[in-house]
Amino acid sequence: MAKNEELIPVETPEGLKKPGRIQKAPENFLTTTEVEQVTKGRRDFLRGSFMAAVAAAVTGRNAFAQDASALVDAKTGDPYILQPQTWATTLGKGVATAPYGLPSKFESEVIRRPSPGLTQTTQSSVSFSPLQSMFGIITASGLHFERHHQGWYDIDPSMHRLMVNGSSPEFVKNPKVYTMDDIMRMPFVSRIHFIECGANTGMEWGNVAVPTVQYTHGMLSCSEFTGVPLRLLLEDCGADMTKKFVLAEGADGSAMTRTIPMEMVLNDEVLVAYGMNGEMMRPENGYPLRLIVPGVQGVSWVKWLRRIEVGDQPYATKDEAVHYIDLMKDGQHRQYTSIQECKSVICTPSGGQKLLEKGYYTISGLAWSGRGKIKQVDVSTDGGINWKRAKLETPIQSKALTRFSLPWNWDGKTAILQSRAVDDTGFVQPSYGQLRAVRGTRSIYHNNAIQSWGVAENGDVSNVQVL
Amino acid sequence: MFKFSNAMKPAFALALVPLLFATQATAADKYSGVGRTATPAEIQAWDIDVRPDFKGLPKGSGSVEQGQVIWENKCASCHGTFGENNTVFTPLIGGTTKEDVKTGNVANLKRNDYPGRTTIMKVSTLSTLWDYIHRAMPWNAPKTLSDDDVYAVLAYLLNLAEIVPDDFTLTNNNIQDVQKLMPNRNGMMRKHAMWPGKSGLVTATPPDTKNTTCMTNCKPAAKVSSTLPDYAKTSHGELATQVRPFGQTRGQGSADAPAAKSAHNPDYALAEKSGCTACHGINQKIVGPGFTEIADKYKGQDVTSKLVTKVKNGGSGVWGSMPMPPQTDLKDSDAQALVKWILSGAPTQ
Repeated sequence: MAKNEELIPVETPEGLKKPGRIQKAPENFLTTTEVEQVTKGRRDFLRGSFMAAVAAAVTGRNAFAQDASALVDAKTGDPYILQPQTWATTLGKGVATAPYGLPSKFESEVIRRPSPGLTQTTQSSVSFSPLQSMFGIITASGLHFERHHQGWYDIDPSMHRLMVNGSSPEFVKNPKVYTMDDIMRMPFVSRIHFIECGANTGMEWGNVAVPTVQYTHGMLSCSEFTGVPLRLLLEDCGADMTKKFVLAEGADGSAMTRTIPMEMVLNDEVLVAYGMNGEMMRPENGYPLRLIVPGVQGVSWVKWLRRIEVGDQPYATKDEAVHYIDLMKDGQHRQYTSIQECKSVICTPSGGQKLLEKGYYTISGLAWSGRGKIKQVDVSTDGGINWKRAKLETPIQSKALTRFSLPWNWDGKTAILQSRAVDDTGFVQPSYGQLRAVRGTRSIYHNNAIQSWGVAENGDVSNVQVL
Repeated sequence: MFKFSNAMKPAFALALVPLLFATQATAADKYSGVGRTATPAEIQAWDIDVRPDFKGLPKGSGSVEQGQVIWENKCASCHGTFGENNTVFTPLIGGTTKEDVKTGNVANLKRNDYPGRTTIMKVSTLSTLWDYIHRAMPWNAPKTLSDDDVYAVLAYLLNLAEIVPDDFTLTNNNIQDVQKLMPNRNGMMRKHAMWPGKSGLVTATPPDTKNTTCMTNCKPAAKVSSTLPDYAKTSHGELATQVRPFGQTRGQGSADAPAAKSAHNPDYALAEKSGCTACHGINQKIVGPGFTEIADKYKGQDVTSKLVTKVKNGGSGVWGSMPMPPQTDLKDSDAQALVKWILSGAPTQ
């Protein structure tokens, strides 16, 4: 059957194509008659087929994903190497064709997505970051997750103001108004931090509910933020820094308010930020100004920040007394839960994906802690019976995402992939069994349990839970 | 205070400022020319928060009866006449009892079989509701209620929850008394490890989970306790198109994706892509009317250009008070195609 190896499509049992690979399976590509023709030496037939494949390939991505790209002649090789391609033989585009650059047109799958049915409006809703398609620790700004309460606006920065005042006049000696001009003249810092919605993974408290890591963990992003430490603005206004709280308030319709501990302001952790990943904050993320509260759930990172009030009591705002409260087994709600505890998730391979064949893979994922740096991540491929230490990529920064990876040879058998993170306080990410034992199953917020991905023999990866 | 000549001002300022503020933190001078003092009117305009001790609460009053009128005009379209509706937002009212008003703990929160959690079941502080209604409601026209309107709407809600009687008028003088009747006023617990500070706001505890870094033979077996239900496998669209078509893996069902796509009506796909289907069902109202309801209403009428304008500019009043937001990013040709598709009965295949 040696001659049958000359035309080689590579197909998985479900017909998924792997471009540029050689495999003995001609009968999947050629009809029985064609195989006979090849066996009889009909080389012209082969050449025609080959040229058609190349022609199809240059017309765009559909062709790329179709049979054409799978064609590899075992004797001569890959047409994409053997035949000169358009991009190698013609003149390309000029500079500034796209004055603000965009991702490749081949990246159309990599987008934020809402979870159908989660909300009934788009203005009070969520879109999730595609964690399954991201690398490193920085979230591309256009992929940063969104959570709006009453829709978003692109606010004219020349019309935006930040006010600092006190809940009692004596708490701030000189209440002030700052324009963007003012704020951008102040000393700044740039820091990399994760932001995670308190309700991330909230749909999974009781059972598996959603198919992919985008929906289980995608209310998570990480950026370099640039802004003014809030302490400097408070001192500039003569604020009484012995008061315990500040209230942050947004300029949008919801006029979002959250109580922030003064301790974090005094530590210079809390920033009034305008920069994100080298550009201005995106409108969906609070342009031109948002509060940065590292390690604390995203709802406290008030967008379109318009006012800071220094106060001596907490505020029990809507998102501190109706939402973002954690229901426990005894019917009591934990109030003012804010820290995002240590957590991790494997992004590749993950739910909704398919492994095409046995062999080597690099398991890759993200770990983070609202209390500090990631110290260690362990990965299990047998559902948590045995663990291996994963490699941590640098930089490893406090309250930032940390990328981990582990080599894995898949033997084609069922597997359950898990990751378990440890932060520099020594806190170890809990299992679902451990988390439910103390908090029950009815909370919406702060689910940081170990995520499991089941791998089936056919390569399908799916969301499962292991206690 | 007498006026300096312009020429004298800088010299005076330079000489005097260090003297005036020498004993204070120098921070106030540090950022010369940055920011300015807020006027009392500006502070009054923006400092609208109301705390649990009702600091910040403006004077005013509103009756249950007045509240019902405002409610039916401005609130019921989203929340339902009795605050019970769950089609747009989670219900506000329901699930509390007279007994809860006595104890301050909502008994249904202890039940695993109770189907939902309404706002009134959860909220412990009445100030929260006053503050939030005032700053953010109505949802599509925030900050348009007068202070008295807010008192009235809140009185109506409290009456729906059987906390105050039908003839009740809520005022800044009696609101503290009503706080003592809130059904879940004792339902908040502040003893945990998740407040980032030692401010006394919560009683800090060590973290409540205690996993270890066991590395080998950590348990006898890995038992799967939950898998994705069948109905949820397709609930988030084509998984095949949610992963790159190259790399370590593929999206599940990739081979079927092109066929499945072409079975969709292209205009339906455009409606999905343009976000229309978030608010409009094919046959039923979600926030706005169902597409076939629109088609029925305008059957036999030439309304294409009228509706294209409506889609582009937004509007309200035809199907209820919930407005259709303007779709400024939608191309004219797409708006035309969508309206024609809707009027043709919105076929999906």
